[in-house]
Amino acid sequence: MKTLTKDPFNIIIAGVGGQGNVVLSQLIGNALVNEGYLVTIGETYGASQRGGPVMSHMRISKEIVYSPLIEEGTADIILGMEPSETLRMLGRFGNPAVKTIVNPRPIYSVDVAGGEAEYPDFDKLLEAIRGLSAKTWIVNATEEAEKMGSPIVANTILVGALVGSGTIPLDRKSMEPVLEDRFPKALALNLKAFDRGMALINQ
Amino acid sequence: MPGFEIDAPGTSQLLMGNEAIARGALEAGIGFASAYPGTPSSEIMGSLAPVAKKMGFYAEWSVNEAVAIEAAAGASFAGVRAITSMKQNGRSVVADFVSTIVLTGLGKGGMVMVVCDDPQAHSSGNEDDTRTMAKWFDIPMLEPGNYQEAKDMTKYLFDLSEQLDSICLLRSVTRVSHSRGNVKLGELPRRKYKAYFEEAHDTRNPKQSKFVQNPPPPLHAAQHRRLVKAQAIFESSPFNWYRGPEKADLLIITAGSGWLHTQEVVKKLKLENRVGILKLGTLWPMPEKLVRQHLNKSSKILFVEEVDPFIERNVMELVASSPDIPRPTFYGKRSGHLNEYGELTPDIIIKAITGILGIPYQGRDADYAKKAEELAKNLVPKRSLALCPGCPHRATLWAVKTALKMDGRNGVTTGDAGCYSMGTGATGFFQVREGHCMGASCGIATGLGRLGQYDFNQPVVALCGDSSFFHANIPAFINGIWNKSNYTLLILDNNATSMTGFQPHPGTGMVAMEEATQVIKPEDLCRAVGARVEICDPFDLKQTTDALLGMMADNKGGKVLISRRECQLVKARKEKAKYKMHVDTEKCVGESCGCDRLCTRLFRCPGLTWDKKAGKSKIDTVLCAGCGVCADICPQGAIIKEEA
Repeated sequence: MKTLTKDPFNIIIAGVGGQGNVVLSQLIGNALVNEGYLVTIGETYGASQRGGPVMSHMRISKEIVYSPLIEEGTADIILGMEPSETLRMLGRFGNPAVKTIVNPRPIYSVDVAGGEAEYPDFDKLLEAIRGLSAKTWIVNATEEAEKMGSPIVANTILVGALVGSGTIPLDRKSMEPVLEDRFPKALALNLKAFDRGMALINQ
Repeated sequence: MPGFEIDAPGTSQLLMGNEAIARGALEAGIGFASAYPGTPSSEIMGSLAPVAKKMGFYAEWSVNEAVAIEAAAGASFAGVRAITSMKQNGRSVVADFVSTIVLTGLGKGGMVMVVCDDPQAHSSGNEDDTRTMAKWFDIPMLEPGNYQEAKDMTKYLFDLSEQLDSICLLRSVTRVSHSRGNVKLGELPRRKYKAYFEEAHDTRNPKQSKFVQNPPPPLHAAQHRRLVKAQAIFESSPFNWYRGPEKADLLIITAGSGWLHTQEVVKKLKLENRVGILKLGTLWPMPEKLVRQHLNKSSKILFVEEVDPFIERNVMELVASSPDIPRPTFYGKRSGHLNEYGELTPDIIIKAITGILGIPYQGRDADYAKKAEELAKNLVPKRSLALCPGCPHRATLWAVKTALKMDGRNGVTTGDAGCYSMGTGATGFFQVREGHCMGASCGIATGLGRLGQYDFNQPVVALCGDSSFFHANIPAFINGIWNKSNYTLLILDNNATSMTGFQPHPGTGMVAMEEATQVIKPEDLCRAVGARVEICDPFDLKQTTDALLGMMADNKGGKVLISRRECQLVKARKEKAKYKMHVDTEKCVGESCGCDRLCTRLFRCPGLTWDKKAGKSKIDTVLCAGCGVCADICPQGAIIKEEA
């Protein structure tokens, strides 16, 4: 097992219901368990499938089984599948050392469409995220996935980006069997998406 | 990903709490599993049913929780190990049966009921604490404090159940059932059952069967004796442990997810040498000797548990009845250090511990916190829940809204449990005016519909889903017909139990083990008891509105409208969208239309957005399901549907 930069290492995966938050956290979690780490993943779910905010809390440790809920203000990484949801999580779980990986494609809510809420100005939003993070990576996962002909692989691109960021003790080799288990019929596409994510974050 | 059922003893897998419970049942060699879906418990049967055939046991989704537990008891009576699982609402449904099976005891097959509580009511209409039921009905009960225990306890409870001849209860909560962690797998036994009901009538030796709760008082006493036996076993159970110094500044008694949070907080605050933790896994009956041994560890005791002060009260009872125990100061829900409603979080526990011990605690940097909270508050948009794009319920609720308005008598709707219960909010145009439990839509309507003698003239429409119709509305519906109550039953039939994950029900023609079966049609049942039944397609808004109006105008009882269309999420897996939608930007006149943006402000389908720059409505082609309903609501005819 590689050393963790912090124990427990706290990851929050933020997004909108229906984006595939749970699958994304499971891919990373399974790879970590295979490597021998103790992993806990907490999730919001249920009605959130219908367009609400969704988050997963992931704890990685070599010592104990941590709680499925992260204490406020103690996230080490926020992986944002949607930009405004990344900021929502920074508001509660951010701290001066937090790093963020952001898929910049916005998803509007019914409240925004109805005019009762406003989606923030994009530059202001990114500025806020950057201002609250020790480091921010913008990864155009949805755009790249669309180029690959399958918007859903945006999630695998984000997994590649997280692994490529070097913040968690995983590499391509540890992800391969997990991707193979999960996507037996679309392995080549998902490996390609994973590599694309790794490349994007290191650009 | 590796399934929870893999035959790989000794390996560590990442399992959801509910999968771990299902794994425990497999490792116990169950022969029978039954459940009615309900978050956060659904994945127990959701895991078991797909592997039942290959592992050689029987699994079913039952019509409701009461039937599920009775079916499981049938298996136990014939010597087959059985598990039944439910959420806390289901636990209330099964209460009557449980109160009697504790008197008779079981057959040779152990029987375990699993109840998953939902502190914070993440996906429930209440946050009831099941543990009181164990005390109420005298049932041995365990609660897992991590994912490994979720598996190990389930397996163990079958042995205990057989040893005690008693149904046993596993209480879980959302943060264990619906989160994931490491679980080391055990062996999978291959049990061969030969089912036989041993209490069958014997003509040579006629006597009352064991499975009759008569007379109750001695049987009640027998159950108390079983609890005494259980308590003795629990005194040395490996599911209870103490970690900490011999003399502590604070003793924390905890269980379940409370343990996960507490362990972490004590470690984080570096209080391992000052604070002791007694983690209990066997909650009822409480192992009194064990608890007593630890009560002298500190003069201050904090209880950390989800929802009610259950352990807290039991320990207080113990102290009150034991003059030899020095009276400690108790902290917990009664003292206000922890919340008596909602769920626990590490943050709440940090506050409680540092407050009791008078330790200063600094969370994240205060300036950062202020900035982060302000930015999030000012910039992050609200995200209300919405019925899915293409959801037939949106169309049905739109028709209800139109019909009630056209009828003009301030019609009343009663609701039930299911996706359409979101009709209480904006996504369903606030059309559902009452919401309690499953089965209550017809029950409440039946009462309202009998108030004519008091000048009540508001038309009443009871809304329920197909699965909730079968679950508990049938008796209430028959009651309404029998007692000549005047209301219309509107069944929103989407051919699935959608909210909990599309489980089959009696109307779907499928069973849990993925075999075809007879389709039981709600219309056949309703007609059989003499009701007038009509069936409509909610996507035909006019037909649905007219049908409902017609029924509301009819003052005789026994009226049923079935609004039938398959759940869009199920349909989308099988077929492509029917229509390709777009907005004719010439026809859409935006805010100057006078419709007050009916499409985006009122209809509120996530597939419809507002192009702020152009000041016109727009289709989000990624989200749009192509149902075509919005084309019929636009007064300008600006939303265009084309055959896809």
